[in-house]
Amino acid sequence: MKVCITASGAELGSQVDPRFGRCQTFVIFDLESGAIEAVSNPNIETSGGAGIQSAQLVASKGVTAVITGHVGPNAFGVLNAAGVEIFIGSAGTVKDAAEAYRSGKLQRAQAEDARSKPVPGR
Amino acid sequence: MIIAVASGKGGTGKTTVAVNLALVAGSVCLLDCDVEEPNAHLFLKPEWREETPVTVPVPEVDVSRCTGCGECARVCAYHAIAVIPGIDKNPQPLVFPHLCHACGACSLLCPTGAIHENRRSIGIIQKGTRGSVSFAHGKMNVGEVLSPVLIRRVKELADSRGLTIIDAPPGTSCPVVAAIRGVDFCLMVTEPTPFGLHDLVLAVAVVRQMKIPFGVVINRAGLGNDAVENYCRVEHIPVLARIPFAREIAVCYSGGETLVDKSLAMAGLFHELYKNILRVKDETDRCS
Repeated sequence: MKVCITASGAELGSQVDPRFGRCQTFVIFDLESGAIEAVSNPNIETSGGAGIQSAQLVASKGVTAVITGHVGPNAFGVLNAAGVEIFIGSAGTVKDAAEAYRSGKLQRAQAEDARSKPVPGR
Repeated sequence: MIIAVASGKGGTGKTTVAVNLALVAGSVCLLDCDVEEPNAHLFLKPEWREETPVTVPVPEVDVSRCTGCGECARVCAYHAIAVIPGIDKNPQPLVFPHLCHACGACSLLCPTGAIHENRRSIGIIQKGTRGSVSFAHGKMNVGEVLSPVLIRRVKELADSRGLTIIDAPPGTSCPVVAAIRGVDFCLMVTEPTPFGLHDLVLAVAVVRQMKIPFGVVINRAGLGNDAVENYCRVEHIPVLARIPFAREIAVCYSGGETLVDKSLAMAGLFHELYKNILRVKDETDRCS
């Protein structure tokens, strides 16, 4: 099972980046094997739609959960549609966040009042 | 001839100048292109005659034909489409209508033709008249970003033979460029304050780059300092009118009334402004 933690660096000791769409690095952590893959976020300087792009990227990596500080409505919509659970309000290091997740201490983000919701294909 | 009334800074008096100029110019078409918050009608009080919706195309994906290749998401410059592995493992395209700029790339380039375009409303155009002024403005829906599209639609109503006055949005970004592109003359309304000067300098850079002849109107003249006057002198920018900083004007504005209807002196000032615009425009034409 893989989870994605938004981070300001590529290490287990890096701080959690509270932003989702424009975080520095996506640290993808395999909870069973302990393997980490750090994906540098290509969407940091995009003019708009960073949340959507980042959600698409993370979903394509096959993670089951995203752990971050805050998630906007567009990213929320994409992750939700992809069946990725979202945990917000995370802080400390990547390692702390992974452990908090493992011990069930993190709060799962519920559907929010999104300003703009995606329209699924028919 | 089309005259646009613009400014860098907001709240300098564009609408006041545009409406009062229209009222002294005789038979004229006045277009409020500040579609995010049009307010010229509050002063002109036109008799409304017509309302038309303005729509733009927005993609819709037929999932039965979608292979999940992701080409639409890749070609979208505004990240308005995402293609993700859905919960049922089938590829799922998601469209974000509010980020879409209606360029049509996704539907054109979809290899299986799975994308067609629906129409989405972004606002309305309302038309009306008051005396010899024919008026129109665009009203954009709250939360929309495509103001240049609506501004261009409003501008299509310009009188090609007579005089048209455009009330432009403030600032120096895309909506302003959309509003002033192709006009014959640009009036820049400013105020003699540090903010007024700062934003005037930016706006002058825009009109110079767009090669539009222009002049300045100093509103609230007597307030602040001489920096705007000095800047205009050094830059050889004609100051075409100075509207005094006066309590009566503020009272008139606050009551939704027009200056030229309340005061002969103001009617004279705006007549003079109109003559000055024609003179400067004529001089620029002869120099070029």
